[in-house]
Amino acid sequence: MTTLNTSAPWHPATSTRPVQWRRLGAVSWRQYRLSAAGAAVFLGVLATYLLIVGLRIRSGYASLGSCHLMASGVPRTCQIALMLFGGYHVWGETTAALLLAVPMLIGAFAGAPILARELETGTFRFAWTQGAGRTRLALARLALPAVTVTAATAAFSQLFGWFYYPFFAFPADSAFAPQYFELTGIAFAAWTLAAFAIGALAGVLIRKVVPAIAAAMAAWAGLLLVTILYLRPHYQAPLTIRGQNVPGASPWLIHQWWTGPNGQTITSEAKITQLLSHPERGYAQWTTYQPETRYWHFQFIESGWLLVFSLLLLAATIWLVRRRAA
Amino acid sequence: MNVIETSGLSKRYRSTWALHDFSVAVPAGQVTALVGPNGAGKTTLLNLTVGLTAPTAGTVTVLGGKPAGSPDALDGIAFVAQDAPLYKNLPVADMLQLTSNLNRRFDRGYARERLSELGIPLNRKAGKLSGGQQAQLALTLALARRPRLLVLDEPLANLDPLARHDFMAAVLLAAGGGMSVMLSSHVLAELERVADYLILISGGRAQMAGEVDGMLARHRVLTGPAAEADLIAQLLPVVHARRAEAQAHLLVRTSGAGEPVPPGWEAHPVGLEELVLAYLREPGAAALPGPARVRKSEPTEVSR
Repeated sequence: MTTLNTSAPWHPATSTRPVQWRRLGAVSWRQYRLSAAGAAVFLGVLATYLLIVGLRIRSGYASLGSCHLMASGVPRTCQIALMLFGGYHVWGETTAALLLAVPMLIGAFAGAPILARELETGTFRFAWTQGAGRTRLALARLALPAVTVTAATAAFSQLFGWFYYPFFAFPADSAFAPQYFELTGIAFAAWTLAAFAIGALAGVLIRKVVPAIAAAMAAWAGLLLVTILYLRPHYQAPLTIRGQNVPGASPWLIHQWWTGPNGQTITSEAKITQLLSHPERGYAQWTTYQPETRYWHFQFIESGWLLVFSLLLLAATIWLVRRRAA
Repeated sequence: MNVIETSGLSKRYRSTWALHDFSVAVPAGQVTALVGPNGAGKTTLLNLTVGLTAPTAGTVTVLGGKPAGSPDALDGIAFVAQDAPLYKNLPVADMLQLTSNLNRRFDRGYARERLSELGIPLNRKAGKLSGGQQAQLALTLALARRPRLLVLDEPLANLDPLARHDFMAAVLLAAGGGMSVMLSSHVLAELERVADYLILISGGRAQMAGEVDGMLARHRVLTGPAAEADLIAQLLPVVHARRAEAQAHLLVRTSGAGEPVPPGWEAHPVGLEELVLAYLREPGAAALPGPARVRKSEPTEVSR
């Protein structure tokens, strides 16, 4: 015979306070701690790699010592050190190219499954009918991972900055160059948050985990491409100079072209090749560029609009959860 | 107080109406059975009740006028969806913790005690439990919330007969404490013994709604010579006619047991299953509260 008190009458809660955020945070953490651990391991392995390789790059950089890039009279020890450092440079460039995909991977894999899995497996019928209500729950489930992936990748990009610093310092590469801009500063974290937000929205729209992740990665890559090609060069009007000797340490060259005596643009490759060896009167070369001093300005502009964009996507996601008809 | 009240409730999915102009009022403190064939709109109605679906037209309120799906309403309703969706990779204990965190009230002691009585281990993952155990776990999580209204969508569909019995026993025990229950099924036999109130849904419309006892009292079966059946059908509101070679069985609506029986005919009380089947066979017939909604329908003949 059962002794359970199954027939206890319903009693109204004494307060009308909704379920506390702390408890919804605990739910959110319980649900994504596995993927958080996955992301932590992934970033940890990459960080260890950067640390080990970074230390070797540092020692290679140190052994360059007082070697200077001179046309002649470079001592033999310097030649060896320079060659080694050149090898590291290729290594570093390859690493940087691969790291470009990190925000996409972390963001999409963290963001897309949050709602897609609930919708795909049908557990939303359980989760969205609990006393907390679906809006607050969705908010908690999105906010906590969004903040942690952003913070983790912000820290990671500082490590990358340390790893790559010798190549920036050497002046071989510019942190302002399109292939490094989103790996340094605060842009890396902003791009991760954007991937997360795209993933979350794709999850609620597509309602299946794997297609949502794939769609989020494709959309993110497209956004990055459009940004590099069309948006970023125009955050601020580029400077134009005559010739190709751009002032400053490592500017970002946007465009170079030649004009003829009447101001017309020269399109003929043969003519340009000829002009390069034999300058003619009336012909001029022009260069537009973004000076490196604008690096942080551009970082804030890009991270700023990415943040607003991400928050809009997350708001749209919550709105869809609210109004979604099952 | 009505635990569920709908008015002109309609839901359209693309071009088909899953629910059309559906108006019922379910009184509190009852076990209500929502019965209808597959695709009749049962799940749609329950989803509207718990706010998982938004209506195309009309309104639905719960627990005495609260908008369905509002946090206030969800606080007092526990819903177990079809196939009892649970987080399959979470251990049972974590499901308890999670549900506790998602609600203002959660009687963890009750939940643990009930699970141990059912022999459901707390460290087992929910997905590794048997179908019956998963259903019981989902029910336990729902009951531990101490809801005023428990909504169950096809709770018995995937259970073996023993598990069905245990499940219904638990629901009835809980209902004894004053909780209202609404459960759907396409198999009436499962609910016949337990339901106080019945809603028959067919083709997205409420075909019959009311207290089971009253419904049975307002119908009876007349058995008599088949030759006279048409004559009787013109005099009395026949819901459904079943004819054998010599005899006809007419299910008729009646105002009470005292109503006279035509000479040569015998009257029998009707069973719930027989009554429901008769209405389901006659989609045009309806027995809804309110005089305006009861109409005479021409019986169609079903020869046997």
